Amino acid sequence: MQTATLPTPVTQPRSAPPEPVGTGVRSFSLTINGAEYELNVAPWTTLLDALREYLDLTGTKKGCDHGQCGACTVLVDGKRINSCLTLAVMHEDHQITTIEGLADAQTGDLHPVQQAFIDHDAFQCGYCTPGQICSAVGMINEGRVKTDADIRELMSGNICRCGAYPHIVDAIRDVMQLNPTAQ
Amino acid sequence: MKPFQYLRPTGVDAAVRDLTAQPDAAKFIAGGTNLIDLMKEHVEQPTTLVDINRLPLATVEELEDGGLRLGALVTNADTAYHPLVEQRYPLLSKAILAGASAQLRNMATNGGNLFQRTRCYYFYDTSMPCNKRHSGPSQGPAGCGALHGYNRIHAILGTESADGNVHCIATHPSDMCVALAALEAVVRVSGPQGERTIPIADFHRLPGDTPQHDNTLRPGELVTAIDLPANGFSHYNSYLKLRDRASYAFALVSVAAALELERSDASGDQISAARLAMGGVAHKPWRKTEAEALLVGQRPTPDVFGRAADALLDGAQGYGHNTFKIELAKRAIVRALSQAAKLEPTE
Repeated sequence: MQTATLPTPVTQPRSAPPEPVGTGVRSFSLTINGAEYELNVAPWTTLLDALREYLDLTGTKKGCDHGQCGACTVLVDGKRINSCLTLAVMHEDHQITTIEGLADAQTGDLHPVQQAFIDHDAFQCGYCTPGQICSAVGMINEGRVKTDADIRELMSGNICRCGAYPHIVDAIRDVMQLNPTAQ
Repeated sequence: MKPFQYLRPTGVDAAVRDLTAQPDAAKFIAGGTNLIDLMKEHVEQPTTLVDINRLPLATVEELEDGGLRLGALVTNADTAYHPLVEQRYPLLSKAILAGASAQLRNMATNGGNLFQRTRCYYFYDTSMPCNKRHSGPSQGPAGCGALHGYNRIHAILGTESADGNVHCIATHPSDMCVALAALEAVVRVSGPQGERTIPIADFHRLPGDTPQHDNTLRPGELVTAIDLPANGFSHYNSYLKLRDRASYAFALVSVAAALELERSDASGDQISAARLAMGGVAHKPWRKTEAEALLVGQRPTPDVFGRAADALLDGAQGYGHNTFKIELAKRAIVRALSQAAKLEPTE
């Protein structure tokens, strides 16, 4: 008759890291289009999701959510960035401008780039347009554009699935008062 | 994204302490353009993010030896457009502007650019085998999907480990780092054991049999700055990037070429110094001083450039879809050197 031997119990060290503290909802405020907004969101909320899902600022679009299409472009302290690749909590002390904030708040007049997109029929479905316009405003601020080729290169982070690129270039060139034959 | 703890220290020492407290589970975040994307895909799953954006590392300073110190938190855009970088290190400026999009360059930082991870499709897809990603079942199976898979964008140099096996054929995706390799930049880091400097050539590593390690940093170390030596090869340089579309794509092959030319006699110039580094071909920026030595003392001619290209590409091996890169790389080197020597225009 065999006697069964039980395996010696081994006390395994817990391999899981300690439960992190501070992973829960954080309260902070963001300054968007000149107004202060209170937010209560988890730290893994992207700026894009904060705008769209928590603040009802749905002008900024989610395209690829991977920084490849530019539909989510907003301006942070005047500089264009992809709002899908940054966390809302990282922008507590920044001035954020979205497509909703470009028109003149007093008169309601459209921003010159917005007006130029209408004048030049620079979109078809319109989904990429808020990102295109914010990107163009940021690019004009950067002051690096002299030619159409510069516009195409420096707008390459904004994809237009409808292929409205020629009219987008026309609209931006018009706002910048560039010579269309400049190479 | 998986939940994580978010910390925001304001000093270098505090940031290093925060990271060292959980070296395997914590990550620094600066621009976040690559890390957040990888977290969305569950390729990276840090349980703590240490936001270093409030650290005082966002300045560009002139060094006494004539060099330039680029703070780790200066954005790629602010670096590329900095007057001193444009004047003295145009090769670096061109390389940075050849990469990513304007939006990404506005967020991405110099420190973060060093830590870009490969864009190998198998690395990004957690259902695929990957030795670089693999550190446990939660990050997918081990193996290399690219080796016998679709490997058009993959490495042709430095892939074999010491035992002759190939564990990973990923490439380093950075353009900036290729220029830094050619310029012999030095990376400054701060860690639990204090500060140290790492020549850029020793910062990134070849995959060997541990492709999960992209670089030689020790646990808890933080890059604080990148130092550029005084010589920026500002007169004769070229950054040539070949890719599947004209803008906003990773390199199939890129070349940073930098020369110094001296008038040797009435009949023409002679190369007195040369630097040559490649991107898109290996696990790190690819540079061999032997190739550069073949240029020094020679006249800048296509034949001379071709010999340097052969030396730099010595041992290159294709894996099927990427075999075209070997000839492409040779032609790219010759063309970049010709552009640097002003024998042919840059586009």
